Amino acid sequence: MSRKVPQEKYEKTFSYKFKRWLEGYKDPFLDTLEMKSQKAFHEDEEITRLHDEDKEQHLRQLYDIEHNAEVRIFAGIYKVFSVLFCIFLVMMLLIAVSALPPFGEAGNPVNNEVSERYIENGLQETGAVNIVTGMILDYRAFDTLGESHVLFIATCTVLILLRADTKRDQEYGEANDRSHEPKNDVILQTAARILVPPIFIFGIYVILAGHLGPGGGFSGGAVIGAGLILYLNAFGFAKTEKFFTAKTYRRMSFGALACYSIAKSYSFYTGANHIESIIPLGNPGAILSSGLILLLNICVGIVVAGTMYTFYVMFRKGGY
Amino acid sequence: MTIFTCILLAFLVVCAVAASLSKNLLNTILIFMSYSLIMSIIWILLESPDLAITEAAVGAGVTTVLFLVTLKKIHAVIKEDNREENEEGNGGDK
Repeated sequence: MSRKVPQEKYEKTFSYKFKRWLEGYKDPFLDTLEMKSQKAFHEDEEITRLHDEDKEQHLRQLYDIEHNAEVRIFAGIYKVFSVLFCIFLVMMLLIAVSALPPFGEAGNPVNNEVSERYIENGLQETGAVNIVTGMILDYRAFDTLGESHVLFIATCTVLILLRADTKRDQEYGEANDRSHEPKNDVILQTAARILVPPIFIFGIYVILAGHLGPGGGFSGGAVIGAGLILYLNAFGFAKTEKFFTAKTYRRMSFGALACYSIAKSYSFYTGANHIESIIPLGNPGAILSSGLILLLNICVGIVVAGTMYTFYVMFRKGGY
Repeated sequence: MTIFTCILLAFLVVCAVAASLSKNLLNTILIFMSYSLIMSIIWILLESPDLAITEAAVGAGVTTVLFLVTLKKIHAVIKEDNREENEEGNGGDK
């Protein structure tokens, strides 16, 4: 049996409001918030004078260290406690470090069967001469995928925080940014013309030879990103935007992350089902060896280089 | 080689303390950059060139540049003495 509630009373209940809101009749913020346009600010001299007097009195009484005993005592305690806290922190860290096992001893917990396996079978299983690369891009490739995504998320966050939304803001940012420095610095341009090509070549070498020697996607990508930043500083946005825009970055990072994910899902699929992977490991020491590691290195390098450059552009101009 | 390592480590500590004590933000960033550079040399001495390359590129390169750009954005690089003539030279630009 239902109880008939009068319409007026029913309209005040929560369920009625909720139903209206659910059906889209009523905007919860419409008519409930009062919006007023801001009044023009004008200074009242009397109030300003009183405010200044108040402030001066505060300053006189609060920061008068010679006569105010409380402030003096507090400053003393503050100094003593900061020193004590520093000593406490240093002692804690030193105690923690002294409790660690000595460096490079055979009986350390680091020397277990995991690292033994990496060192003994790493070359046969991954085909990478550089064991570190074999570890991070084969045994622990899932971690590295997560790292690449962390970089991508960091770029997204920087975009949210620093992006200038309108074209006008961007132009203002650029004009304002250039106001304190010469536009065409000959010294910088000459240095960049000499330095940028070797930096790029070194970065590409570090990425491509990641499985043969020290290096890898992250370091090489960072080197290339630094080279791009130097080029941008020397020659300005007009030159770099010919080959690197937001669209390029979007496609680059999406392509690289998707490529990484697909390549790694393939190897996870074959590994989990004990199927022989069709990708040959190749001759250890050759440039085209070690299975997927070269491809993964290139992907990580592209993501890192784009991220470094995008960070810089966002800080400088807020969009490109 | 041990003496060289000791000098580098001592310099590292000096850099760390100086970076926190320096009043000028620009100096702090430059000290921080030299800290990263020395750290990358120490990585080489510890036989991990991978980390050395990354430290030199990210720590000494990109991070420093980002710090400098941020300082410029918040107008902390210009010295008090130069401010007036800078504003005169670029009057109306702001």
